[in-house]
Amino acid sequence: MDKALRPGRWLIYAILFGFALFTLLPLIVIVLNSFRTAVEIGRSSLIGWPAGLAWRNWTEAWGHFCIAQRCEGIRPYMENSFMMVVPATILSTALGAIAGYSISLWRFRGDTIVFAIVVMGVFLPEQMKLIPWALVLRELDLTNTIGALVLIHTVQGFSFTTLFCRNYYIGIPQDLVKAARVDGAGYFRTFWRIVLPLSPPIIIVTVIWQFTGIWNEFLFGVTFTTGEQQPVTAALIAIATTPQTDVVEYGIESAAVLLAAIPTLLVYFFGGRYFLRGLTAGAVK
Amino acid sequence: MRRRLAGFLPLLVIWIPLLISVAHVVGFTAWTTWLSFTPSDLLPEYDWAGLRSYRAVLRTENTAIAYANLLVYGVGYVGLTMIVGFVLAVLIDQRIRAENLLRTIYLYPLAVSFVVTGTVWSWLFNPGQGIQKFVNNLGWTGFRFDWIIDRDFALYTIIIAAVWHGVGFAMALFLAGLRSIDSDLHKAAQIDGAGPLRFYLRIAAPGVAPIAISVLVILLQYAIKTFDLVRALTGGGPGISTTLPALVVYDFMFQRGQLGRGSAAAVLLLLSLLVVLLPYYLYVHWRARRERTNG
Repeated sequence: MDKALRPGRWLIYAILFGFALFTLLPLIVIVLNSFRTAVEIGRSSLIGWPAGLAWRNWTEAWGHFCIAQRCEGIRPYMENSFMMVVPATILSTALGAIAGYSISLWRFRGDTIVFAIVVMGVFLPEQMKLIPWALVLRELDLTNTIGALVLIHTVQGFSFTTLFCRNYYIGIPQDLVKAARVDGAGYFRTFWRIVLPLSPPIIIVTVIWQFTGIWNEFLFGVTFTTGEQQPVTAALIAIATTPQTDVVEYGIESAAVLLAAIPTLLVYFFGGRYFLRGLTAGAVK
Repeated sequence: MRRRLAGFLPLLVIWIPLLISVAHVVGFTAWTTWLSFTPSDLLPEYDWAGLRSYRAVLRTENTAIAYANLLVYGVGYVGLTMIVGFVLAVLIDQRIRAENLLRTIYLYPLAVSFVVTGTVWSWLFNPGQGIQKFVNNLGWTGFRFDWIIDRDFALYTIIIAAVWHGVGFAMALFLAGLRSIDSDLHKAAQIDGAGPLRFYLRIAAPGVAPIAISVLVILLQYAIKTFDLVRALTGGGPGISTTLPALVVYDFMFQRGQLGRGSAAAVLLLLSLLVVLLPYYLYVHWRARRERTNG
């Protein structure tokens, strides 16, 4: 059948590379624009080759550009996002691994039903949780803090991580755990000695997905934080609505958008293999 | 004492996170549903007001437009993403060169947030600075591509950006499905003299049907939940021509400060999600049962 398609082989490549170009277009455009001055872009269009390398865009975007009356660039918001994403990823992954282990290998009364309810959290729209979260955060005195976002993403992420880990651990032979229990190993020892050493693949997948998902999340960030406390996704939307003097600073904004996208892009390019594994594992089941 | 602690501690570790999660899923759903039956305005109240909020939400033009938009957007986004994703998967499956490179390129948008996606596409669609201006500068001065400021066409810009974001995902799953089809089937089809077209229509397409259903459901629930992309790309405009149900909820809750109506709109959003998820749930159960009986 290879042969049968041969006459059209150039067509296959044309379609595949044509679509690849379409996929790359937005990335190419902002990378190029991040090196073009606003004047240059204004004179031609957003699609064009840089006349020189306007590194100033990057330093402005990083540390000086005004976002909602605060002229410190995107850096403080990037820091907020990191302060949010690192603890939330670690906590949700650790708790999900333990819960996945409890449900699939340790087993306890009611595990199936509890698992079913926890997994519903994956599908529940964020809009159903906004008002309850707002009221809970007020009770906990966490309103407008990054801690609030850590809490929300840990609780919300727990549904995903438990699902991922449970689906992976279910493939570990139950006999391994039973043997350990017969030998007198308790709950923690079994986890530490038997389950954890088998876990690196699923932990990498889970960390990658949690990091990407939490870094990119917008609705909770924009709803529960304002001004200085906002994560970078909310700050990007604020840039678009910040009134600007005469010309729109597309060059600086492109650099800011790229800076905000770089952490997850790096994770994708270095962990792409695992990225895909999570995708197929999560969806094909 | 230590022994009792050793028996007790695992229980705490098992149950505390699970109970918090269950409370958050069940409790928050119940809470918002309850609020949708109250006269809550700026602050939550807990008196019974019946279906008042629902009637108010369903009467507003926003809701009507949002659900009409969801229908067009859902069909356009899900349909195009699946068709293009499947075609790309079939083409990649032709033992081509540079497969890894192409797959990496197709899939990278998945790592990019909808906020970034929407922002960049809003620039490209901007007639004064984006694609239209570029083509005009090339010499074709009459070229128009101003969908984003056109009430009747702005929704299609959201479809384009969403398809851009989702095609790699669909392609990756379809490709995994095609690859999992037994290579013996491939050979058998070849021996029977079935051409590639017949192979893909008769053997591969039915073979990836279960994956197609998963992709369909995942994309549909993304479509129903779409919020960030619209906020970044059109802000729901021009006017409210590109608003979607998730934006209506936000508008009621935080722009108008009508918590009761916002909750009612959120419950409606959840119900439309159930329209998609319940049949899928039943289908998965049906399939599992059939597999068990067929052994």
